[in-house]
Amino acid sequence: MHTTAQAHDVDLLRFTTAGSVDDGKSTLIGRLMYDTKTIFEDQLEAVEASSRKRGDENVNLALLTDGLKAEREQGITIDVAYRYFATPKRKFVIADTPGHIQYTRNMVTGASTANLAIILVDARKGVIEQTRRHTFLATLLRIQNVVVCVNKMDLVDYAEAAFDKVVQDFHDFASKLDIPSTTFIPISALRGDNVVERSASMGWYQGPSLLYHLETVQVGSEANHVDARFPVQHVIRPHSDQWHDFRGYAGQVMGGVFKPGDDVVVLPSGFQSKIKAIHTADGELEEAFWPQSVAITLENEIDISRGDMLVKPQNQPRVGQDLELMVCWFSDTAKLQPRGRYVLRHTTREVKAVVTDVRYKVDIQTLHRVEDDREIGLNDIGRIAVRTAAPLFHDEYRKNRMTGSVILVDEFTNETVAAGMIR
Amino acid sequence: MSSYTVSNLAHLEAESIFILREVAAQFENPCLLFSGGKDSICCAHLAYKAFWPSRIPFRFVHVDTGHNFQETLDYRDRFVAKLGVELLVGSVQATIDAGRAREEKGPNASRNALQTVTLLETLEAHGFDAAIGGARRDEEKARAKERVFSHRDEFGQWDPKNQRPELWSLFNGRKAPGEHFRVFPLSNWTELDVWNYIKQEQVELPSLYFAHQREVIERGGTLLAHTPFVTPRDGEEIQTRTVRFRTIGDATCTGAVESEAADLDAVIAEVAAARQTERGTRADDKRSETSMEDRKRAGYF
Repeated sequence: MHTTAQAHDVDLLRFTTAGSVDDGKSTLIGRLMYDTKTIFEDQLEAVEASSRKRGDENVNLALLTDGLKAEREQGITIDVAYRYFATPKRKFVIADTPGHIQYTRNMVTGASTANLAIILVDARKGVIEQTRRHTFLATLLRIQNVVVCVNKMDLVDYAEAAFDKVVQDFHDFASKLDIPSTTFIPISALRGDNVVERSASMGWYQGPSLLYHLETVQVGSEANHVDARFPVQHVIRPHSDQWHDFRGYAGQVMGGVFKPGDDVVVLPSGFQSKIKAIHTADGELEEAFWPQSVAITLENEIDISRGDMLVKPQNQPRVGQDLELMVCWFSDTAKLQPRGRYVLRHTTREVKAVVTDVRYKVDIQTLHRVEDDREIGLNDIGRIAVRTAAPLFHDEYRKNRMTGSVILVDEFTNETVAAGMIR
Repeated sequence: MSSYTVSNLAHLEAESIFILREVAAQFENPCLLFSGGKDSICCAHLAYKAFWPSRIPFRFVHVDTGHNFQETLDYRDRFVAKLGVELLVGSVQATIDAGRAREEKGPNASRNALQTVTLLETLEAHGFDAAIGGARRDEEKARAKERVFSHRDEFGQWDPKNQRPELWSLFNGRKAPGEHFRVFPLSNWTELDVWNYIKQEQVELPSLYFAHQREVIERGGTLLAHTPFVTPRDGEEIQTRTVRFRTIGDATCTGAVESEAADLDAVIAEVAAARQTERGTRADDKRSETSMEDRKRAGYF
């Protein structure tokens, strides 16, 4: 992808961009991909040809990201598109989502796996309702790094005052939200100012270009390395002479650090044992942490199956059948049913669940709680209580995104109808 | 003191292994679609690592257009024997002979679209409820919106407007009887990631991927290998050139590129500097702006 082959020790950063074509989001992504030489000649040729056919004046970089027929016909992005680019320092996954309010569910989907969110603000318009909504969603999904790109600086004569006003207005409303880290960068996606190279037109700005920031921002800090959590995915039992007694609990470490010799408790049985070894096909590991996929063997023979969880005796998750959830509703055919029954997926478990209460709905334009309208439908965000048929071993979403998240599935259509974050 | 971070390749590997183990846990009868191309080889290698020291708990399925390179078939048989998995071959020729598909006519006839018929027949005949494929989202614009767990209706069709949202690593594999899933563990890998990983893991590849002398025919800007299925037309000539293949598929529509890259390092350097996508050599993608989406809707890989 890049003109120099990427080194083996580069790491991975996932970020999300929400916004509409008017914000210059597509232009920004097009610029990042073009300037890092990710767009190939044949892709550019195809886009040039499409632009001509549509009668667009310039090469329409939005066509690179809007891949589906319906999107091209309607000129909108209707889904999450994943884009990839790499520099010698890092590989990037972009979850590119439309920014309008009717695509809240797509933004939530894209944000669920992101380490960083780019929020675009038009320098001429300043902080608007959409900015607040995107920032709220990034906070709700616990994205640790927010980058506010003040775009179209070329249209305000690269004036520092315009940038300062956005920073001030953003701080005014964001102080009510719990954002860990926010970086502001004045850019012009169209002209390339501060996107890949530092801009010569904004001498007053001493910070990094967007790409430099993306390449150097610390990632992995959102992973929880304190609370050891290992949901068992699958039990590996080779029926071979060489591995006759091998019983490996396969899974991905979802928190904390596991080492051979560590005491562990198995949930839900509560049996205790010690880790005998941590296996991979490449050999045994001295320690395992997120996101490693391993197979753990224990000193004792205990009956363990998928859905069980290995944790440490002195640091256990909450265990219970009653959950408080912030949900985003995804279904366009059915609203959330008070007292409704759903299948709930959490780590490697699947249980039946019933909605016991709708506490409130969030007005995502004003960010206020609405308690007199508790009907939760497509793209709505609300707080609900559910009771599960069996206990779950869970953490607060703010402590651990993996053991703190659930999805609700409609029992009859099998559709994923909601995403939930445990409070 | 460990910083508790892993490299891009280690991260991708861990994610893919998680996905493959989810397939084993959530489905009763999954299979792995194996073409002998680098992506399905990469997928198979990850499956080996996901279930080690057990054997891979899936059968492999190869949809054979009847227009394959012999090198690919030989490699396939050796690879499958080494892993100790069972291989099922779905034959496009048999589908045609049975009258369930009709050969395309015309100068650019290809069996590419017919593969879908044979694939769906094979999945149904063996009752597979999930088929793992090596497709990547960076390959093509319609694939950029594909899910990791991609739901297919009872006709094997993909409905891009009605895809299940995928959040965190909670994959929803629930389905009605008769429906199935396509699962793509390499969704977040790029072409370069696959190459770097193959190098890191020292996985053997079919010789077609490396520079060699071959008789080719230049057609529509693409170099097609001279085979019993591709013969010169009026005005075309057979030339011997040093080429390699960036993708391996049906010999009638997979073009070669001129290259001197004879080993992995040279190939990686070439891929890194490439200014054409690897599917730029695929005549099947050039048929229309949305040819991949159209094929996927019908049940293609």
